[in-house]
Amino acid sequence: MFTALITEAFRFTAIYLFGSTGETLTEKSGNLNLGIPGIMCFGATGAVIGEYVYELAIGGDVSKMQAFPAIVIPLLFCMLFAGALGAFYCLLTVTLRCNQNVTGLTITTFGVGVLSYFKGVLGTRATFAKASLFFTDGLDFADKLGWIGKVFLSHGFMIYLAIAISLLVAFVLKKTRTGLSLQAVGENPATADAAGISVTTNKYVATVLGSMIAGFGGVFYIFDYLGGVIPNDIEAFGWLAIAIVIFSVWRPNLGILASFLFATLYLLKSYVAPYLSGIEQAELIKMIPYVVTILVLIVTSIVNKKETQPPASLGLSYFREER
Amino acid sequence: MADTTKKNPLVRISKRSDIKGWKAMGIRAIAFVIALLIVGVVSTATVGGDIIKIYTTLFIGNLMTQRTVWALLESIAFLLLVSLAVTPAFKMRFWNIGAEGQTLMGVLGAAMIVNYLGGKIPEPALLLLMFATSIIFAAVWAVVPALFKAYFNTNETLFTLMMNYVAIQLVKFFIQAWSGKGNTGSKDFNYGYLPKIGGNEYLLGILIVVVITVLVTIYLKRSKHGYELSVVGESENTARYIGINVKAVIIRTMILSGVLCGVLGFILFGKSANLYETAAGGRGFTAILVSWLAKFNPIYMVGTSSLVAFLQSGAKRAGDLYSAGKFFTDLTVGIFFFCIIASEFFINYTVKFRKKTQKIISEVAIEEKVEEVNE
Repeated sequence: MFTALITEAFRFTAIYLFGSTGETLTEKSGNLNLGIPGIMCFGATGAVIGEYVYELAIGGDVSKMQAFPAIVIPLLFCMLFAGALGAFYCLLTVTLRCNQNVTGLTITTFGVGVLSYFKGVLGTRATFAKASLFFTDGLDFADKLGWIGKVFLSHGFMIYLAIAISLLVAFVLKKTRTGLSLQAVGENPATADAAGISVTTNKYVATVLGSMIAGFGGVFYIFDYLGGVIPNDIEAFGWLAIAIVIFSVWRPNLGILASFLFATLYLLKSYVAPYLSGIEQAELIKMIPYVVTILVLIVTSIVNKKETQPPASLGLSYFREER
Repeated sequence: MADTTKKNPLVRISKRSDIKGWKAMGIRAIAFVIALLIVGVVSTATVGGDIIKIYTTLFIGNLMTQRTVWALLESIAFLLLVSLAVTPAFKMRFWNIGAEGQTLMGVLGAAMIVNYLGGKIPEPALLLLMFATSIIFAAVWAVVPALFKAYFNTNETLFTLMMNYVAIQLVKFFIQAWSGKGNTGSKDFNYGYLPKIGGNEYLLGILIVVVITVLVTIYLKRSKHGYELSVVGESENTARYIGINVKAVIIRTMILSGVLCGVLGFILFGKSANLYETAAGGRGFTAILVSWLAKFNPIYMVGTSSLVAFLQSGAKRAGDLYSAGKFFTDLTVGIFFFCIIASEFFINYTVKFRKKTQKIISEVAIEEKVEEVNE
């Protein structure tokens, strides 16, 4: 039972990890993008449309599907959709200097609405079960490596993509000039601006890339985890991804462990259900991630170390003429 | 020598504060029309709906019968109440996005009293206890982030956001715990209904909100407390300098926010005597937009909450025309919000484009000087 839980949790880490890595990258630029749940939904919508278009292009004959286009087309559509919504968030908050909270929450309403809308429009007409097989297809030799292979290597490619991206983002943020410039923008845009770093470019690039990464979370959930069914609960994972950003104190490599922990907690309820005296306790287990996140938020603010604080200008719009 | 003929930027943005009222309304009206057009295009492109039918339903759908008009007034009142609740905190620049959870805790408070005392004590006493518990629950939910903000400067946006989900899980827990096995997400009670004034189920709630609107307006504009919190919002250092106890102001203001959310929680429960996890209905989030659009002014807020509630319920009726149902609502409302948000930019800033063959005179003079020096 324990191995089964860990195996599933490792796979399920992907949805949280994509979301939290994307949001961390975004927040490092000083944009508190509360639209991330909506962007995950919107990216997923793009992927669904992409796959649908591909299925139409080959004449609706799913037996003719090939792995490469069946994977790449939805991912590209996802990047296009999620990136566009991220760019739109920037247009409103950076260029038009609107309130970030207001804009983000509206994006969430919109994105969630769009996915549900397409669930209604497309859901019955298209099936993605066949396409999903390409996503879940694991390595052939995984089963021969005993339990390690089963737990860590038997999954579709997306979880590995998620881990690779988060390590890459962690590296870029910490070790490269680009990453340091980005962090400078998030900490103090006026200083960064004075030092010749373009605040606008950094915010746009970070937010758009972050949105694309987060969108992959939605794609993973639909095409890998659910086997091609369009869900209506991505929003909840989006909020948890924001929680993970706090939990991992804005470090994508810690985010891997945090996402794994959150995934385990999410799945735990169905594994421990037989041992509970009543089903209501399962709801308390689901509460743990949020409570733990609050505790982390409190502890880091009490300890007040520079390394564990949110980016100093998080949530504020920057206007050069306003000093 | 490097490029000395530096161009002016193509677009220049500068702040303005002197826009005329009619002009601002004009910009908003244009945004509204653009939103309408986008909604029309999106809905015809996806479901191929009859565009005229969608528009008429969007506007007149709310006003068809006496009942729908009352329902509309009520949803305006509820949205206004949450908006009033978050406003004092926003004026203080405390970003409380936890009104959703605070309202839900208010609902839970009322449900808790009814669950344990319903039918055992007289109705007036029950209602009074429900009211008190609602307020206490919601205020506790609001004051916890405030305490940490005041003493440790904990990020309140993220804290209040997380508190929403703790509240939702808590409500789910109690629904399951009280209703036993085989339950699907809501718990009905037989007691705790609000009294109806003259047989009208909507009137009492609306009247309560009217009274609260007046009180909050006076509090913010005429009381010492109201003045203090706006000073804290403008500059914490100034507030400290003139002897305002900033910590006390933060805590006091958030208790007020919580109390107002608690009142709504009480009313929401009293309408249907039913506990479910989405009882707050997303109003806590929408209220942020409403309050911000009204520039944190309670009087303007009557207008903005009317507009938003009108759109929401109109879009819901338009969505009911198609199988897409409720989701059409979110889509439509999202598009309208985007356009309204963007229009605020054009009200607060002016955009000037570079003129074609323009060179500012002083700049030409400087360039001539530079050339002289170089020679």
